[in-house]
Parts: sequence; C-alpha cells; structure tokens
Amino acid sequence: MGHNTQMADEIRRRQEEILKGWVSYQLAALTLRRDLLKESGLREESRRFLELFAEAFSVTADSSSPSWKPVKDNLAEISKMRAAQGFSPSETAAFVFSLKQPLFNLAQERAGNDGKRLAEILWDLTMLLDKLGLHTTEVYQESREAVIHRQQQELMELSTPVVQLWDEVLALPLIGTLDSERTQVVMENLLQRVVETGARLAIIDITGVPTVDTLVAQHLMKTVAATRLMGADCIISGIRPQIAQTIVHLGVNLSDIVTKATLADAFQVALQRLGATVSKAPQAN
Amino acid sequence: MERIPILKMGPYLLVTIQVDMHDRVAMILQDELTERIVSERAQGVLLDISSVEVVDSFIGRMIGNIASMSRVLDAETVVVGMRPAVAITLVELGLALPTIKTALNVDAGMTLLKSSRKTSTNARPSR
Repeated sequence: MGHNTQMADEIRRRQEEILKGWVSYQLAALTLRRDLLKESGLREESRRFLELFAEAFSVTADSSSPSWKPVKDNLAEISKMRAAQGFSPSETAAFVFSLKQPLFNLAQERAGNDGKRLAEILWDLTMLLDKLGLHTTEVYQESREAVIHRQQQELMELSTPVVQLWDEVLALPLIGTLDSERTQVVMENLLQRVVETGARLAIIDITGVPTVDTLVAQHLMKTVAATRLMGADCIISGIRPQIAQTIVHLGVNLSDIVTKATLADAFQVALQRLGATVSKAPQAN
Repeated sequence: MERIPILKMGPYLLVTIQVDMHDRVAMILQDELTERIVSERAQGVLLDISSVEVVDSFIGRMIGNIASMSRVLDAETVVVGMRPAVAITLVELGLALPTIKTALNVDAGMTLLKSSRKTSTNARPSR
C-alpha cells in the first residue's frame, strides 16, 4: 500500500516531534508510577521502538509478516522488563496504545479533508497497534506462567529433604500432599540417599501430610517397596489419630510396615534394629 | 554363547550379572545355579545386579524365580546392588518381590546371609 510507505517516511522525518508527544502522553498516564520508571529510560525505550516501528511499517501494515519480528522482539523485551519491575499488564500495554494519539494526529494532517483516506490509515494504525498491544500482554502472561512453573518445581524439591539421623538411619519428613509426581521425586531422592549413605533404615514421617486417602497410601507403599528392594527398611511415623481412623475405614493394609505415632518412637525402633543402645554418660564430679 | 559366571565364596555362591539377560542366558543360569547349589552344598546365593541398568518384567520374574528355587534347595538368596532407577521400575511394574532379601552391597549381603543362617538352621523351609 502506497500510503504506508509515505506514512513511514513521514514518521521517520518527524520522529522527534512524535516522540515528544508520545512520551508526554505516557508520562501523563504514568504519573503514579514515576517511582518505577525514569523519564530518560522511557524516552530511550520509546525512541528505539519508534525507529523499529517506522522501519517495519514502511514494508507492510500486516503485523503477522516477518518484517515485524524486530518490533515484536523489542516489545517482548520491554514487557518482560516491566513485568519484573512490577508493572501491571495494562500499564505495559499502555506503552503501545498511547502511540495512537500522536500517530492519529499525523494521519489527520496528511489526509487533510480526504475522509476515506483518513479512515483507511486510521484503521490500519488501530489494527496494528491493537495487535502489538495484545502481544505485550501475551508475553507478560507467558513470563508470569514461567515464574509460577519454576516456583512449583522449587517447592517440590524443597519440600522433600532427606536427612541423616544416625549412622544408617535416614529420616524423610514429608510436608504437604503426596501426589504421583511428588512421590516420584520423593522416591528418587530417598533411594539416592540410601545408596550414598548406606542406610539400612528410613523413617518416613507424615506429620505434615494433611490427608491420607487410598491414593496417598498407595504412594507411600510404593516408596516403602522400592526402598526395601534396595536393602533398606522403612518405618512410617507421625500418624495422627485422625489419620489412623481414616486408614482403617478405607481398609488400607499397612500390616507389613512398622508404623509409629511419633518420630521419637520410630527412632527408638530404628536404634533397636541396629543393635544400638543409648545410655546416660556417667556424671563427672 | 554368554554364560554368567558363578563364583564360590566360602559357603555362598556369588552371581554377578553384567550382560543383558535374555531368555537363553536366563535359562542356562537357572540350570547351572541350581546344580551348583546342590553340588557345593551352598548355604546362600548373592545375586549381584549392580551392573544392571534397565529391567523389565522378565528379569523381575527371573530374580523371583532364582530366589524361590534356591529357597527350595535350602539356600537363601540375597539380591545386592540394586540401582534406585531399577527399584522404582520394579515397583511400578508391580514386581515388588516382597519375599526377597536385599542388601546394598556384597558385604552387607554376606552379613545378612550369615545372620539369617544362624536363625534358620533348625527351621524347615516353609511353603
């Protein structure tokens, strides 16, 4: 489209003017967030974007074309930075939308009294800037999802520590629900530590597991079975009275696993199994 | 034809599996092992699977079979050196082999065999 190239040239020629108008629109809207953004930084960002915008616009007004990739990449960068700084997605999208006003002013000047032509240019610009604005929101969403996902992973790893209580005795205090994914992580962690420490007993403490249903019980039994195959035995501790009732009501069979109410009791059993005793040291006078 | 070596260690037999276990090799192992248990009057079998990285239901069953056969011949089997990934796989396959004794390594396995022998010399193998 011919008038696009003309518009693009015009944008480039009057870049400083457009930039000034655009930045002041942004600052007027951003009066509440001056704490997060310096004016000089904003000016640089806007200048860079406008350059890339004019460049792409001179080729085509269709934002799905590959000529628009540099613009989209630039927006993605800005969006990620703003998200990290704590801007809301609307505030970030406003970066693009506020460019409409100065560009519409420019379009009006060029079109003069030609209403049809003005309508065409305005439509192209609106479609374009809308799509670009939405792009910033999408990138924002993606980066938030990535953060959530990463935190989920970390949470899973943090909440299954395996600690060594004694020579050949490991403890696994479970916190939170036990789903199949976590059970996998728990099993791998525990078995790895069994190999590393040569442990013969593992105490799985479920004080921090809020509910035990048949599925959780199954996962627990899998973990016990796998540990036994490695030559170590398991003791389950931390069974709350309520949990004990649930287990019986559900008909879960834990008969071949030693179960204790507290970690202390389980530790005592572990020491007995190892043939170790704890005695008081003679009092020194 | 690959054969899995069976070594004598005092009153026990040590079997180290280092090659892929497929049908023929497994059958030959069972034959040879049962014969050796009788001819050496072995009191126990140490099945070392520390080199086995991948198991399937066949190997799982085979391990179970070896243990059962030895028990019938009054020799206890201890499986040693199972890798974590292998243990998890067996459990997921539903082959938790609950009646099999296991140990982390050959040393621990021998200790286990010695202590279990002491407590079972007067006991008859139960079915």
